[in-house]
Amino acid sequence: MARAVTTQRKLINTGLAWAIGLLIFFPILWTILTSFKSEGQAIADPPLFLFFDWTLENYAIVQERSDYGKYLMNSIIIAGGSTVLGVLIALPAAWSMAFVPSRRTKDILLWMLSTKMLPAVGVLYPIYLIFIELKLLDSHLGLTIVLMLINLPIIVWMLYTYFKEIPGEILEAARMDGASLKNEILYVLTPMAVPGIASTMLLSLILAWNEAFWTLNLTAAKAAPLTAFIASYSSPEGLFYAKLSAASTMAIAPILILGWFSQKQLVRGLTFGAVK
Amino acid sequence: MATQHSRTAARAMMAPAVVLLLGWMLVPLIMTLYFSFKKYLPLRGGDLGWVGFDNYVRFVSSSSFWPSVQTTLLIVGAVLVITIALGVLLALLLDQPMFGQGIVRILVIAPFFVMPTVSALIWKNMFMDANYGLFAYLWEFFGAEPVAWMSQASIQSIIMIVSWQWLPFATLILLTAIQSLDSEQLEASEMDGATTLKRFWHIVLPHLSRAITVVLLIQTIFLLSIFAEIFVTTGGAFGSKTLTYLIFQRVLESQNVGLGSAGGVYAIILANIVAIFLMRIVGKNLDK
Repeated sequence: MARAVTTQRKLINTGLAWAIGLLIFFPILWTILTSFKSEGQAIADPPLFLFFDWTLENYAIVQERSDYGKYLMNSIIIAGGSTVLGVLIALPAAWSMAFVPSRRTKDILLWMLSTKMLPAVGVLYPIYLIFIELKLLDSHLGLTIVLMLINLPIIVWMLYTYFKEIPGEILEAARMDGASLKNEILYVLTPMAVPGIASTMLLSLILAWNEAFWTLNLTAAKAAPLTAFIASYSSPEGLFYAKLSAASTMAIAPILILGWFSQKQLVRGLTFGAVK
Repeated sequence: MATQHSRTAARAMMAPAVVLLLGWMLVPLIMTLYFSFKKYLPLRGGDLGWVGFDNYVRFVSSSSFWPSVQTTLLIVGAVLVITIALGVLLALLLDQPMFGQGIVRILVIAPFFVMPTVSALIWKNMFMDANYGLFAYLWEFFGAEPVAWMSQASIQSIIMIVSWQWLPFATLILLTAIQSLDSEQLEASEMDGATTLKRFWHIVLPHLSRAITVVLLIQTIFLLSIFAEIFVTTGGAFGSKTLTYLIFQRVLESQNVGLGSAGGVYAIILANIVAIFLMRIVGKNLDK
């Protein structure tokens, strides 16, 4: 609904929007700035904004004290693994629902969505018990599977809405030309679906990366990802703001950057196509 | 157009996803139901037999049940009102022509990508700490007594943190909806002499009603189960214990699985009531 407006009006909009944007972003900005201060400067009165002695020592200390690298690897393995696994399982399902729909397709899609509504805390103990029984507690595999299952409905839905947009005539043409199902998928569908698959993976990665109920409750030391790494900073001793900030910056930086690329897909993925 | 052959193939392709989700839903659900009818204390004797609806009655009659329901409703309700009201205003603003719109969008959306444990810790320590937090400086600067946010205003603090996390989500979805608004209709009403407020009330808001409903339902489902924000800030102390957190404590901290499972069943029922409404809306959309 963009309409022609005066420059003056545009300037007012710009000023107001930037002010609010910066206000909302401020906690993140402040964290990033603080991560480059010394602990003394981090709690200086009055607070120091830009003019302090920039240092990288907090990053070194955090890495040394709590082995950031290990948690980062765990996050990458778990979030990445659950995303790849989820997409592999969701792809055929979404494909068949989009291109060979039956009377029950809608019901199946809605039912999948309903599994997403199951509150995690309601099934915490059974999952905990199953994990102990299968020796999956504090393991990469166990957490990968759980996060995959949590995000599977969203992945199926997103892929489904993307596939729905691929015109059916193209598939029919390919079939008339005698393409087998395998070739149809490999050479006709895949190239058209790649952008949708990429966006879906991005969103799944973000959701898995930030998931904080299962990752906190099902891991201890070995497989703990960054959510747990940060939670370990919740009971600090002494001066620690700069280190907390460095740890936080390291935990959110990768996903913040990915997130900025995927903001449009977020709407589609998280509203299950109900808002366009 | 589909042949029998492709139907069979389609079914086979759907099978893995359907079977996995069915298992993920049914197995824990049945186990939770099973435990909820038992006296089950893993560390103090294990399975002590069937107790009927005892756990359900005890969970509801425990002194921490109603406060936890109130806290839950208060947090969910307040966050919904704040995020949707501010989200509509912010979406309207972001839709206006301006310089650097893309960057402002990036700034506004950022909190959504911060993991809950991080945002809770940043707010708790660097902003809300009574000695060194930025709010304490601000309060002192204006001559006021700094507030010990986490202990004196625990619920308000959590509402603030969670609202900050979810405002971007509401804004982004409402902005998407606003952008699909027919500008001709607005221009026509403008020429008819409708004031800005009237246009907002009679054209923009009705157009947004579905997006608002969707935001409302999706956020409710996520907000009912917020966990990390409480886990790393108050740990359920100072009256900030939600239903989710109460169940968590029953199951993992006091290891009373029967009682916790009964609570879990209540939580599942609650979430399903919300979910039914959401599914209606999404389902309608599928028919188009």
